[in-house]
Amino acid sequence: MSVFDGLKFRKVYSPIHNLDPRVKFIYVISIFAVAIIFAQIIPLLFLFVLQVPFVLLARVQRQWLRSLRGAAFLAAVIFAVNVGSSFFYAGYKIAPPAVESALALTLRFVVLVESSSVFFLTTSPDHLGLALEESHVPYEFAFAFTTAVRFVPVLAEEAQTIMDAQKARGLELEKGGLMKRIRNYIPVLIPLIVSAIRRSLELAEAMESRAWGATKKRTNLYSLKLHKGDYALLAITIGILIAAVYIRLYVPIPTIVHLL
Amino acid sequence: MIEATDVRFSYASKIEALKGVTLTVKDGEFLAIMGQNGAGKSTFVKHFNGLLKPTSGKVIVDGVETTKTSVASLARNVGFVFQNPDHQLFSETVEEEIAFALKNFGFAADVIEKRVTWALELLSLAQYRKTSPFLLSGGERKRVALASVLAWNPQTLILDEPTIGQDHEQKEKLTQFILQMQAQGKTVVIVTHDVEFVAECNPRVVLMKEGKIVAEGMGKDILTNPQILAESSIVLPQIAQVFSKLSALGFPKNVIDIYEAEKIILNAVGSKQR
Amino acid sequence: MAIIETKNLTYTYPSAAKPSIAEVSIKVEKGEFVLITGPSGCGKTTLCRCFNGLIPHFYQGEMKGEITVAGEDVLRRHTYEMAKHVGLVFQNPENQLFALSVEKDVAFGLENLGVSRPEIRKKVDWALNQTGIYDLRERSPHEISGGQQQRVAIAAVLAMEPEIIVLDEPTSFLDPLSAQKIFDVIYDLNRKQGITVILVEHRLDLTAKYANHLIVMDEGKVRFEGDPREILSSEETRLIGVGIPKATLLYKMLKKDGLNMDGNTPLSSEELAEQLLETLRAK
Repeated sequence: MSVFDGLKFRKVYSPIHNLDPRVKFIYVISIFAVAIIFAQIIPLLFLFVLQVPFVLLARVQRQWLRSLRGAAFLAAVIFAVNVGSSFFYAGYKIAPPAVESALALTLRFVVLVESSSVFFLTTSPDHLGLALEESHVPYEFAFAFTTAVRFVPVLAEEAQTIMDAQKARGLELEKGGLMKRIRNYIPVLIPLIVSAIRRSLELAEAMESRAWGATKKRTNLYSLKLHKGDYALLAITIGILIAAVYIRLYVPIPTIVHLL
Repeated sequence: MIEATDVRFSYASKIEALKGVTLTVKDGEFLAIMGQNGAGKSTFVKHFNGLLKPTSGKVIVDGVETTKTSVASLARNVGFVFQNPDHQLFSETVEEEIAFALKNFGFAADVIEKRVTWALELLSLAQYRKTSPFLLSGGERKRVALASVLAWNPQTLILDEPTIGQDHEQKEKLTQFILQMQAQGKTVVIVTHDVEFVAECNPRVVLMKEGKIVAEGMGKDILTNPQILAESSIVLPQIAQVFSKLSALGFPKNVIDIYEAEKIILNAVGSKQR
Repeated sequence: MAIIETKNLTYTYPSAAKPSIAEVSIKVEKGEFVLITGPSGCGKTTLCRCFNGLIPHFYQGEMKGEITVAGEDVLRRHTYEMAKHVGLVFQNPENQLFALSVEKDVAFGLENLGVSRPEIRKKVDWALNQTGIYDLRERSPHEISGGQQQRVAIAAVLAMEPEIIVLDEPTSFLDPLSAQKIFDVIYDLNRKQGITVILVEHRLDLTAKYANHLIVMDEGKVRFEGDPREILSSEETRLIGVGIPKATLLYKMLKKDGLNMDGNTPLSSEELAEQLLETLRAK
């Protein structure tokens, strides 16, 4: 199941992986905000390039490039739609400024996708779960998250087993027209759903038996402590935000068309 | 007949689950494939109906190589009963559940009707014909799963861990059932780690460990050889355990049947009293 | 005082036609190793869930009679309060572990109870050591074997230091060797820590030798209760459908054939072998 490979966190230890997820999250949100402030290519390009040292430090180049490829299709669509609509409204003319702004919007999309990709590639589910627990998000939410992640590989395996069991009874999933093929999946979906329901009941029993709900003030085996690296990233983030606001307000940004 | 020749198999994660397995299962044989969890038993057995295809080596079922045909066509003659019946049950009634495979294989409606009735009778499920399978107990659901495989009358029956969660009586009925299938000339392959169950049935035993076959022979001999068992993390059946400690008295070691044990001991007592 | 006492306990699941357990009256003393067995559907699973309050609080339904566990009236206490006294280990290893690492799972109950972090650390480490899985503590539950998962479940329950641990067919999915390891762990906890153990099992050949108190159930009622050796040598027990250990059966057969053996009814192959050696050497 290659889809789930992307979610399988690889145990790599790098300075980026060890950063507090909450700080990384603040960083990513700030990048988002800055990306939205600007609509010109130069600052957006700068933001994009800013991700690269993080990616290299975290040694997740290959996965990051793969997610870039994944975003490429949607990016192309955004570009095409923007150029297309300006084409129509400008009276069937392609004006360079229009192309440039379409490119900028596409780049903005790419920056948003890529910075969140870096976040997820460098944060293990446990770490993320812990961050959720420590950040005053209601515990039920954090618990639902970690439990879901914990059971993804289990459910994937079970789906495979169910498909095998039904194939062994002569079910041919790939046969027939579209409607038939959709109906073919009923013998796979129903056992999967029933099994998921049974599983949740068993989990609930286990939770209750281990004092779930005993107190509102739940404690934690682990705790997240901020280290030097976290403070450094926080400082960088604040720096970027201040610089961005300053530039936006006071520094005029030339367009590529202008420069040419 | 099922012939596996030097079968190697690796999952997508590159873990080699089978490291060159060669085995022939003749028609009408009764075979137990045993070994620790993770030895590769289920992985191997899934090659018999084409669910898995070897990474190298060949599996030939009734003269057809499994890579050259579909799971559906292999399943026609090789019935596979999975460990957890809940992985199969999805229909509104037991009747429909049993008819599912028959419909997939293209049986005519009147034949389906007859086969369903026959399977229901065979497994004492007639009163549940119109019941939803989800409302039945665990043991009953297992019988429905079994019935749904028997319905299309495959020559070979593969049972994956059939004794898990079963109580004593259910296991006895299962033993009877297997012997009945055997008597009808069916090939029966069970994948199990339940030594007591195998000791009761005394089939041909194939012992697997870490993707390889490490021992092969009659249950009586394999299950009473402490070295072989220790290597593959299987325990001796109780009767054999008793006799392994009585070797000082000159008793044979390969005893797994309780009645044979009784005879041997009484003989020994008798001869001492003479 | 008995650590568990029930009087005429009767329970019917919601929308069930008849009770799953009826008029169950049992007494369990502190430190006992109780084995509950019986054919499928006899009510043993239902009874287990009464001990920590899952029945009736989680399952609703109709409950009649009395049940006192560790001095508490189960009907009047929340399940989370009973969790401090009774730990429940279930059949399916996979569905009892929620966290992404073994030690976080073992800590779950203590976290729920609001125990301080250093205390949690101490108890988690202790429980991990007791069950022999300390080096697995940072692994993810999905990576470890079924037997190891069950030991995590036991550790998770043990960490809350209950007086009683109830295990409902904990080895159903495990091979005999892993099952044996689990029983060794449980027996150890019973002997060394004095924890009262209630084990529900079919495989009496593996477990009968540990118990000093056997309860046989059938169709919701308790049929026999008392000394395992007596109960397992009775023909009535066999007729209910209980899987008598082969060693015990062979002993009975030999006795019937006239072989005179001194000593107690054996419950394991070791005990039978010993007796046979004595008897046959003496002659």
